[in-house]
Amino acid sequence: MAIMTIRDAINETIREAMRRDKDVIMLGEDIAGGAGTAGGQEAIGGIWGTSVGLVGEFGPERVIDTPISESAIIGAAAGAALAGKRPIAELMFSDFIGVCGDQLINQIAKFRYMFGGNTRCPVVVRLIYGAGMNSGAQHSQAFYNLLTAIPGLKVALPTTPADAKGLMNEALMGDDPVMFFEHKALFGKKGEVPEGLHRVPFGHARMAREGGDVTIVAFGRMVSFAEKAADALAEQGIGCDVIDPRTTSPLDEEAILDSVEQTGRLVVVDESPPRCSMATDILALVSEKAFTSLDAPPQMVTAPHSPVPFSKELERAWVPSPDAITAAVRRTLDWG
Amino acid sequence: MQLSRDALLHAYRQMATIRQFEERLHEEIKTGQIPGFTHLYCGQEAAAVGVCEHLDNEDMIVSTHRGHGHCIAKGCDVTGMMKEIFGKRDGLCKGRGGSMHIADTTIGMLGANGIVGAGAPQAVGAAIAAKLDGNGKVAIAFSGDGACNQGTTFEAMNLAVVVGVPAIFVFENNHYSEHTGVGYAVGTSRDIASRAEAFGMKAWRANGCDFFDTYKVMGELLDYVRKEGKPAAIELDTERFYGHFEGDPQRYRAKGEVERLRETRDALKIYRDRVGEFGPVDMAELDAIDSETAAMIDAAVSEAQNAEPCDPAHVTEDVYVAY
Ligand SMILES: Cc1ncc(C[n+]2csc(CCOP(=O)(O)OP(=O)(O)O)c2C)c(N)n1
Ligand SMILES: [Mg+2]
Repeated sequence: MAIMTIRDAINETIREAMRRDKDVIMLGEDIAGGAGTAGGQEAIGGIWGTSVGLVGEFGPERVIDTPISESAIIGAAAGAALAGKRPIAELMFSDFIGVCGDQLINQIAKFRYMFGGNTRCPVVVRLIYGAGMNSGAQHSQAFYNLLTAIPGLKVALPTTPADAKGLMNEALMGDDPVMFFEHKALFGKKGEVPEGLHRVPFGHARMAREGGDVTIVAFGRMVSFAEKAADALAEQGIGCDVIDPRTTSPLDEEAILDSVEQTGRLVVVDESPPRCSMATDILALVSEKAFTSLDAPPQMVTAPHSPVPFSKELERAWVPSPDAITAAVRRTLDWG
Repeated sequence: MQLSRDALLHAYRQMATIRQFEERLHEEIKTGQIPGFTHLYCGQEAAAVGVCEHLDNEDMIVSTHRGHGHCIAKGCDVTGMMKEIFGKRDGLCKGRGGSMHIADTTIGMLGANGIVGAGAPQAVGAAIAAKLDGNGKVAIAFSGDGACNQGTTFEAMNLAVVVGVPAIFVFENNHYSEHTGVGYAVGTSRDIASRAEAFGMKAWRANGCDFFDTYKVMGELLDYVRKEGKPAAIELDTERFYGHFEGDPQRYRAKGEVERLRETRDALKIYRDRVGEFGPVDMAELDAIDSETAAMIDAAVSEAQNAEPCDPAHVTEDVYVAY
């Protein structure tokens, strides 16, 4: 086991996959960086540092720097996948699904079903997402809920370096398009990463904490906030199960239902506005399938229904906080 | 071409304001007071000013992520902008937009934009409105060499030709999109204007580091657009003096590149070198403008620093419904 950051885990996993499988290729803006400049390619290695060294090892034929053309990036990835490749396409910010929406939702999501199961379209789209860096309304959104709603797409959101590796390997060895969400505030997070071809199957949640009194389901960066809240509550004698679903499509319903059946109390934490969110989705699941187990109304901790604001004070108020999670846990305990 | 003294001095003041605004931000960002990503416009002053000195408040522009220069050139309140960039409550956009999202529609500044390529179609829509209103106004889309590769930009150019509206596509070719060179990313890298021509519109080319050249060519372009009611394009050859964003280590640059650009391609120096050809202006007058501008920027920064922060209770304001 090596200790590394999520950034390095993603880099290493892609590197190993490209060594193993010559069909794995990459497309994106500045993923090599420096193309057509005096400094030369690989001056950058991607603005997030996740593709450092890859163009050097695999060359610009397989690590393709593209012009600013998101529709063409995702469309070309789709075509390459139909023609037998395994493209990894990067959207520098997940907000840019607005630019290439058709290729994502009408094209790659539909092929396998629409063409009678005859085609495979194993595109891995890397979407860098999330608020917390004052990047403003068009560079901060967490669109995993939107893509989770589209049949045909798988959606992964790793929150640890080990899962980043395991889920990426799984994505690269499957036959379906995978939306791979990477939170910009988590790139530097460190942890142990298993050697070799470590795989994490989709649809299997990770129990980040076991406590037994209240169930907290959290997504992406919110898992670490939920862990923080759970650790503080544990000191006061309140035990929380913190569930990291790891993939929202497929979703590990069983892990959530099992926990809620035991605790009777549910808090869902989602870094997105409340309507049509993963938070409402989990609440619907639990009210449908674990209604009689509930001892208190489930609580949602989400962002408010507004675009992500720029200023420090406003953005801080927008992002769900560990304190808000603690308060929600208490509401489930104080109820009735 | 001769220009009035007022016109000459105003153009210089606008360029000096942009330069000092950006140079000052470069310093303030190091102190950690300014949130988020900031893209500085230094080096491109002659482009924004050479275009906007022809416009009045009813003419419209749409801008980019590198929008401070366009905003200033179009007449946005400099203190309001500074407060916005500092993320303050009474910033031009109430601290919600930030550097990349400054707008003031009351003066025809329809918005800076974080999405590369999003602005060009909006300019076509604004030009449709201008045509319907029959007021002789134009709508201008500023786009970079990188943005000219977006499908939206292509679609916008074609639409403008098809509907025949006074939309103007200004391509500021600063030779880089982020860390990628124009020679790699743009198939017609030596000539972005030819793309516009291929869509069926007239296109011009000018030196985007030279106010006088940009201003003169833009004048010809505007005569054509206002007379014919048709779209047009101009490619401005210009330079970016700082990194793509503040904090960019710029490893893609050649050694000594920025020093060379500052020596040979500085819009303010070029203005001083050439102004005598266009009217009687004393260097001392320009020096005075520099000092006045410095005082104005100083005041804007201290107002921004001392301004009230945003109130978290306002986070859902201006969304039509709260949940
Ligand atoms: C749709 C979209 N894709 C990518 C980006 C990231 N990005 C921001 S600015 C930029 C480069 C833009 O280059 P150019 O149009 O030449 O403008 P310049 O930065 O040179 O002013 C990129 C890729 C973005 N903001 N929006
Ligand atoms: Mg550029």
